[in-house]
Amino acid sequence: MSGLALDGLVKRYGSFTALQRTDLTIPHGQFVCLLGPSGCGKTTLLRMVAGLDSPTEGRIRLDGTDITHKPAHQRNFGMVFQSLALFPHLTVGENIAYPLRIRGVSKADQGREVERLLALVRLPGVADRAVSQLSGGQRQRIAIARALALSPKLFLLDEPLSALDAKLREAMQIELKLLQERLGITTIVVTHDQREAMTMADLVVVMSQGRVRQAASPIEVYRRPADSFVADFIGMTNLLRGHVSGGALAVEGGALALPGLPPSGEATISVRPEELRVHRDAAGPNRLPGTVSFVRDLGSHVELRIDVAGREMIAVATPQDRPDVEPGQLVGVELPPASCVVLES
Amino acid sequence: MRQPPRRAADYGPIAFPAVMLLLFFAVPFGLMIAVSFFQRIEGGFYEPAFVWSNYARFLSVFFGRVLSFSMMLAAGVAVVSVALAFPFTYLLTRLRRRTQVLWLVFLLSVLSLSEVIIGFAWATLLSANAGISNLLVMVGLLDAPTSLSPSLGAVLTGIVYQAFPYTVLVLYPALSRLDPTLTEAARTLGASPLNSFFTVVVPALRNTIVATLIMVFVFALGCYLLPQLLGRPQHWTLSVLITDQALFQANMPFAAAMAVFLVLVSLGLVGLSLLVGKKENAA
Repeated sequence: MSGLALDGLVKRYGSFTALQRTDLTIPHGQFVCLLGPSGCGKTTLLRMVAGLDSPTEGRIRLDGTDITHKPAHQRNFGMVFQSLALFPHLTVGENIAYPLRIRGVSKADQGREVERLLALVRLPGVADRAVSQLSGGQRQRIAIARALALSPKLFLLDEPLSALDAKLREAMQIELKLLQERLGITTIVVTHDQREAMTMADLVVVMSQGRVRQAASPIEVYRRPADSFVADFIGMTNLLRGHVSGGALAVEGGALALPGLPPSGEATISVRPEELRVHRDAAGPNRLPGTVSFVRDLGSHVELRIDVAGREMIAVATPQDRPDVEPGQLVGVELPPASCVVLES
Repeated sequence: MRQPPRRAADYGPIAFPAVMLLLFFAVPFGLMIAVSFFQRIEGGFYEPAFVWSNYARFLSVFFGRVLSFSMMLAAGVAVVSVALAFPFTYLLTRLRRRTQVLWLVFLLSVLSLSEVIIGFAWATLLSANAGISNLLVMVGLLDAPTSLSPSLGAVLTGIVYQAFPYTVLVLYPALSRLDPTLTEAARTLGASPLNSFFTVVVPALRNTIVATLIMVFVFALGCYLLPQLLGRPQHWTLSVLITDQALFQANMPFAAAMAVFLVLVSLGLVGLSLLVGKKENAA
């Protein structure tokens, strides 16, 4: 089959398991984000794909060929490191030409390829500069250009934008995504920034404690989180835990009639702040009574903090839909059944 | 915020080292420079004078030969030591912290061995009746044990052995600061581990290597015991000559002149290494 397949991949360092048994298939041409907090095993996974670490167990296959034990320098994958790892003793042009020089490409062809790659990352005419003369964003582009020399089969990036300031990072995310779409290259990015993942990825792989929690499209990960970790890690959410009886979930403050509930026992649901409806009237179907504790008006949207039977819920509304409520006011929080996600326990 | 010293008392903390340096370094060194211009009395000692004759003796074929041999030997030691120590230190910095510390302690203990012990140990190791040539005979590489000392090779081996720990310790900080992702990047870009060592690690530390070469060169230039213990008279260096003139020929002025000359050469080279280091910091 075409693409990258990880079969039962495990990485242990002594008694510490950095990556628990992972199976993942990445179709050709996809943009994948490995997303999770630090220490979740996402960088370990990327390094094994790159061939810089070898897995304790499992197989890595590319287009059906087993590459588990193929040395990094024979894989022909482009990689951008968090530190960028630009060679300080070489000029910008020599850095980009390094993989070509190693393979004995002629000087003239090296020069042409450097020109093409610099144009690709929209930084023409800097080939003769020293790396130290460039800004952070420019170095970023050079590292990308160097990794893309020789059109690699896989494009791997480890926290590539973490050193940039917020504005530049946003711009680079879009640029990176457009570049990947243009080249159609299978790309794996490691990041801890969920906005970054949402911006760029076709497939988001949420990881925590060495385990893949959910692998799905960004919007599905957001709307249909698999478990409470994913729901909490991706954006803001309201988690409610309660007991199921008679097709309804009994939570503190009331009962909610929801589809997809287990027949009995405990259940946890997640509902995004923008899905909540805040009414001046506390009574109604699927409404929980509460008291407004804080109103944060950020201009672009309004955030309401509501105390529902001792637990805080967050509701977000656009300025147009802003509920006419004041702090201290008694309100009804409506949880539309279609937007409540029952989580795997 | 550090303030520049204003009153005389502010210089107090450096007074002691300054006096010590003056008393035990500057004064003897000044005396040596003075003696180098003194007149030697044949059969006696020397008398105060100001003559250039001691320096004029440098302009002989014999002296030129000894000086160039000393330089070549020191250069050889520097190249061999760095060629051995650089890959060794690179691999050392890739090991676990504990292992690194053990190796560094071991190297420091080698550094504490006296030149005499090193000289006699190598003389024994390279001798015909107890040396390593017996091992080669046992393995079948040699027909009969031969003496490998005294020889140029023995002198070189002895000084390299003495300079090696020193070289490692000088290279260690720069190599352990080298970003390990540089070699990883080289590997993902298609360079084999050996290839990445020569195309990334060595050129990235080019200036460190040059500075270390100069330092080991100066270190080897001062060796005077090992050439006598492990070499023939034609392998004697300028330092041996100085010892010989000062102790056995009782020609203090000439010995002093040679010593001053050697110090000037050494200082020149240390200055050069500082210049290289400065350039590296600026980059």
